[in-house]
Amino acid sequence: MKRHPFALAAVLVVAALALAACGSSNKSSSGTTTSGGTSTTSGSTSVKGSINIVGVWTGAEQTHFQAVLKGFKKKFPNVKVSYRSTGDNTPTVLSTAVAGGNPPDLASVSQPGLVNDFQKKGALKTMDFARQTVLANYPPDIEKLGEIGGHLYGLIIKAANKSTVWYNVKAFNDAGVKPPTNWNDFLKAAKTLKASGIPAYSIGGADGWTLTDLFENIYLRQAGPQMYDKLSKHQIKWTDPSVKKALTTMGQVINDTSNIAGGTSGALQTDFPTSVQNVFAVKPKAAEVIEGDFVPGVLSKNPLKPVTGYNVYPFPAVGSSGPNVVEGGGDELMMFRDTPAIRALVKYLATGEAQTIWAKFGGYSAPAKTVPASAYPDEITRKTATAIGKAEVFRFDLSDLQPASFGGTVGQGEFKIFQDFLRSPSNVNGIAQSLESAAAKAYAAGK
Amino acid sequence: MEPPPAAAPPAPSSSFLRRHAVAIGFLLPATIMLGVWIVYPTIYTIWRSFFGRNGGFVGIDNYKAIFTTHILVKAIENTAIWILVAPALVTAIGLVFAVLTERIRWAVAFKTVVFMPMAISLFATGVIWHVMYIKDPSQGAVNAGIGAVRSWFEAPGVLQSANPSTPTLTGSPQSGFVLRKPLAAGGTAELGLTAIPPDEVPAAAKQAVTPRSKEGAITGVVWRDFSPGGGTPGKVENGELGLPGVTVDLFDSSGKQVQTTTAADDGTFTFADVKGSGLRAGVDSSTFAAPYGGVSWLGPKLITPAIIISYIWVWAGFAMVVIGAGLAAISREVLEAARTDGATEWQVFRRITVPMLAPVLSVVFITMLINVLKVFDVIISIAPGSTQSDAAVIAVQMWRQSFGGSNNFGLGSAIAVFLFVLVVPVLLLNVRRFRREV
Repeated sequence: MKRHPFALAAVLVVAALALAACGSSNKSSSGTTTSGGTSTTSGSTSVKGSINIVGVWTGAEQTHFQAVLKGFKKKFPNVKVSYRSTGDNTPTVLSTAVAGGNPPDLASVSQPGLVNDFQKKGALKTMDFARQTVLANYPPDIEKLGEIGGHLYGLIIKAANKSTVWYNVKAFNDAGVKPPTNWNDFLKAAKTLKASGIPAYSIGGADGWTLTDLFENIYLRQAGPQMYDKLSKHQIKWTDPSVKKALTTMGQVINDTSNIAGGTSGALQTDFPTSVQNVFAVKPKAAEVIEGDFVPGVLSKNPLKPVTGYNVYPFPAVGSSGPNVVEGGGDELMMFRDTPAIRALVKYLATGEAQTIWAKFGGYSAPAKTVPASAYPDEITRKTATAIGKAEVFRFDLSDLQPASFGGTVGQGEFKIFQDFLRSPSNVNGIAQSLESAAAKAYAAGK
Repeated sequence: MEPPPAAAPPAPSSSFLRRHAVAIGFLLPATIMLGVWIVYPTIYTIWRSFFGRNGGFVGIDNYKAIFTTHILVKAIENTAIWILVAPALVTAIGLVFAVLTERIRWAVAFKTVVFMPMAISLFATGVIWHVMYIKDPSQGAVNAGIGAVRSWFEAPGVLQSANPSTPTLTGSPQSGFVLRKPLAAGGTAELGLTAIPPDEVPAAAKQAVTPRSKEGAITGVVWRDFSPGGGTPGKVENGELGLPGVTVDLFDSSGKQVQTTTAADDGTFTFADVKGSGLRAGVDSSTFAAPYGGVSWLGPKLITPAIIISYIWVWAGFAMVVIGAGLAAISREVLEAARTDGATEWQVFRRITVPMLAPVLSVVFITMLINVLKVFDVIISIAPGSTQSDAAVIAVQMWRQSFGGSNNFGLGSAIAVFLFVLVVPVLLLNVRRFRREV
């Protein structure tokens, strides 16, 4: 008689175990876990503890970030840091982790909108303790990007310069054009390139963000940083004359359909890596591609040599804008828990010393101006990376600052509407109208 | 574990729980699993669908959004197209293949080839078809095939395309270019073209020469009017090459073609014995053979049909095998009897084979219907970003709104509930069929 309850209990235990196994395997399957270094017993410093970080950096970037963590380990041997890469799934992983009440200690994301979201939900701890360190190392414009309501909640660890144009040197030489510095010369150079028998532009229109980046570069220069800030917070409408003016200016590029590799419909089916391949080829299909400092990184095999085969120039000035204007992006660090060990790591990551370690690997632009130019391994990275520290105006990618349903989702919002714009470049008013109604909807849905 | 006693000893006072301990013991794991993975998520999804992105209560706004948001309405339309087209086509094609394989040699080989795609994951299928559908014929296999067939019918041209270097020429590569200014005997025609890649200039080309006026004739030059930096358009400069082989026409004042010739290595040409005035010289359109640009399979108009084709490619094999099995079970005598009675093959197929196969056909059809409602991976992997929303179905938008960037779990849940409601009729149909069979 006494066996029954026992059997029942056994079944329950088995079921519970099975559930637990499912649960845990679910958790670890979303990313690879790696430890930041082995713990040693010796240590002169009293800071102890363990930190877990979740972030977007995978592959080589993960290795490089772990090298930075090793530098931290040398200074704070009693702190154990583990980094888990969640790649593109980071927003989803974090949203569920925060909703489930179990966030990591630190997280790096490439969408600043998420920092705002989590701050609003009260999930974040302020990083005000690190402000002195950050200001000592960062240009003020970049420090400010992490502020919400006067407090520091985000810290850009890895910056990206999206104000660059990459070109095929031979195509430019054949056509006899030089890298232009202002918009009129830019259009003139494109015309000359076309006459020489090669389309000027390669546009990765299948990825909507390449189009929003082009618009944002124009808008930041033409309308100025104050208007840019207003538009990024939806304090002015997308039907504002300044937006229409920038769209019209953008139309000067995308309306020149015979000057786009593959024409309009070809461009709409060209994803970003292919748009880079079009230019970075021995027999290029287009002369230049307008995108950020990460352009050469998308090629698994680059047939051209830097400087002699391909090169880069800063996005040309539009209207009366100065030369040192950078629209960029970056991976932002945010803090969910506050301990002395975490504080020590945040401060360390903000220093030029830590970022120099990463810069030496290449493929990285430091937000800290205290990273010496000599840290970058090649001339081209030096050019694009130091522009960030030198920037008089630095603004975050505008679409990344929008609610994700408007500024960050494939097939809808900004991405979709700018693709429609590429399809019919003369419809400036209609596009501005669609942008405004989509933005209004997304802002209203923030309940 | 020892087997529990087969029957509980007679104890009238023992509770329900005690009497059914074994049954409960066996049912509990499944109940827990169902509860945790099916019942709880279902209820929570319905609950969540009444809340917004950040968890505030929004009532039925999410459901309203499904029917008022353009891209979601588009997803509903696409789902309807899929339901109407894909299961029927898969069943029909499967039926045709199954009947065919009964009568051809190498049937096993044929069946293997048709069934093969089933062995590939749907996502991989999508990647393969995405590459095949690329517009550029040098990359996309489908357009390369069409381009190869087309090239048999089209004469090759000297150049692919060109633009006039100055507004003195009008027209397009398709219609040919012609000088605006009329000429008379003794006149010269300078036909400058640009936008010609250097490696496309014929190998025999020599430095272009400015034509000299000749009495009783019209002379001219057609050349690549471009030197690095742009040069001076409309002027033959040092380093600019003639375009040998280009066909040049002369039209009279009414637009009728009166003479035609081809340019020499230095780009010069001559129309001799010219009479009258008001003549126009121009470049003939046969000079240009634009390379085949390719069909825009992945564009907004063709994307859904294109994906459905790839889907049929995958599932036709499944339908063929199932229907083939049903076909093998049909009694040959009935078919023979019909043939003996003088029925044509079509009549046999239409009046005997199909009705007798009806139960199998409905299994395939309903299975496909359920599959089609779940279609997801082929759409994600075939459609490029610019047409993702043109290709999306409800299941895709359910995922995209929840996890694809916007992280709007409320709207995503509402779409999930809507999809569930759509599936219910099919489920009922299926349950009824099962009952009938049992």
